[in-house]
Amino acid sequence: MKKAKIPSKLYMLLIFLFLYAPIAVLFVISFNENKSATTVEGFTLKWYAEVFKDSMLMDSLVNSLIIALLSALISTVLGTLTSIGIYNFKGAPRKLFQTVSNIPIINPEIVTGFSLLLLFTFVGTLFRFEMGFLTVLLAHIGFCTPYVILSVTPKLRQMDNHIYEAALDLGCNQLKAFFKVVLFELLPGIISGFLISFTYSLDDFVISYFTCGASFQTLPIYIFNNNRIPKKIPMFCALSVMLFLVIITILIIVNISSIKAEQKDK
Amino acid sequence: MKSKKLAIPYIIWLFAFTIVPLVLIATNAFQGSHGGFTLDNIAKAWSSEYLHALLYSLEIAFVSTLICLLLAYPASYIISQMKARTQAIITMLITIPMWMNILLRLLGWYILLQNGGPIHTVLSLLGIDAPILGTDAAVVLGMVYEFLPFMIMPLHTVMSKIDRSHIEAAQDLGANKFNILRKVIFPLSVPGIVSGITMVFVPSASTFIVTKYLGGMHLMIGDYIEAAFLCADRNFGAALALTLMVIIIIFMVITNRFGDEEAVGV
Repeated sequence: MKKAKIPSKLYMLLIFLFLYAPIAVLFVISFNENKSATTVEGFTLKWYAEVFKDSMLMDSLVNSLIIALLSALISTVLGTLTSIGIYNFKGAPRKLFQTVSNIPIINPEIVTGFSLLLLFTFVGTLFRFEMGFLTVLLAHIGFCTPYVILSVTPKLRQMDNHIYEAALDLGCNQLKAFFKVVLFELLPGIISGFLISFTYSLDDFVISYFTCGASFQTLPIYIFNNNRIPKKIPMFCALSVMLFLVIITILIIVNISSIKAEQKDK
Repeated sequence: MKSKKLAIPYIIWLFAFTIVPLVLIATNAFQGSHGGFTLDNIAKAWSSEYLHALLYSLEIAFVSTLICLLLAYPASYIISQMKARTQAIITMLITIPMWMNILLRLLGWYILLQNGGPIHTVLSLLGIDAPILGTDAAVVLGMVYEFLPFMIMPLHTVMSKIDRSHIEAAQDLGANKFNILRKVIFPLSVPGIVSGITMVFVPSASTFIVTKYLGGMHLMIGDYIEAAFLCADRNFGAALALTLMVIIIIFMVITNRFGDEEAVGV
């Protein structure tokens, strides 16, 4: 492999400048003493304190975390079971299943969101309930599960079916064989499915927006609903910085542990 | 493990939360506000005002996709020429901004582009004194920013898999750099191009977030769907969503013809 030449390096530098420019701005404004986001003067940490003082924001953050955790857990279980069940389907039924299962991934979010809105209002008028926590949770499970299936299915293909049969021969019943053998083999796929679901759920705005009703909000919805309030802009910047630092820390920890795992394998 | 039954809960789920909602979009689109069959909503969705919004959305999506492709192609090629370890770091650096919610990153662009903001100030010092925020250019910039990583990733994946011996064989047979690009690298990267185009075009044609933060002069089809949602005009919103969905399906059928379907899959 050749070393990258100067123009190539410069080009990549510009791409990174573009990708990180808005994040850099959020950093600067988050420490800005001046209330307007146009003039930069002074240094302050007060916006960071504001984040914790804003009880609506804190509530929506808690909501987001609960929704993300629950939808990730449920869709991981649902997706794993489904992958195993679908593995035994062949031919046309399997193809049909895959097509329908991928609809939430391919369909524009706004269409998915709007279609769920129609469903929930339709069912809501029949059974007299309002959209809120439950409808957001259902919607999130809906768009997370396909990703779990996509990350578990390859592990299922790689698995040696004889291990499972051996467990049965050695006296495990089906359930025991599943928990002792199959689950362990699928674990990497299950974990990555869980993590994908958790982050997608936490990050989702559009589908939550259409299904959250009037009184329930997640963090992205709170941010969206308050984006035109100038005095909240520096506070959102401080929030971004904190979220960003949390993410970077998690990424570093994950990477270090995966490098260590690789070295152990060697 | 032979049990197909495990897939049954999710098959029911898909029926209830994917198929029924889509059917509801179709039925609502052809329904008057007091029930009964009508073509009014569809006729309104296809009237000149909304047709303009639709064409504008497709135009913005087309330009954004094209710019993403032009920016991402060289970048992906440069990355694919680096050492494996550097490639891993660079791709991670490209995905890190995506971990921050897009609403916050667009807020960053809003601050950068607003009147009196850094980019506006620099441009007006250069004699170009026009507001940037609200223009089509700002919308395209936001789209390119949001979706550029979705173009780089699939392109980088296919390019890093290109067998070096193909390129060396072409060199031995006397091909110059341009011909290697045209006859070896480009044809082998087509699946990545197709998948990148889908991943950028579909969300950028249907989003309403970018216009909310950076646009203003023209509304996109997504903005109108959101507006219909806000004023609880479900039937008209369904007609718009149906229109958008049909166009996306047509687009996907066309692009899938160009690419190997297996490689396009997620």
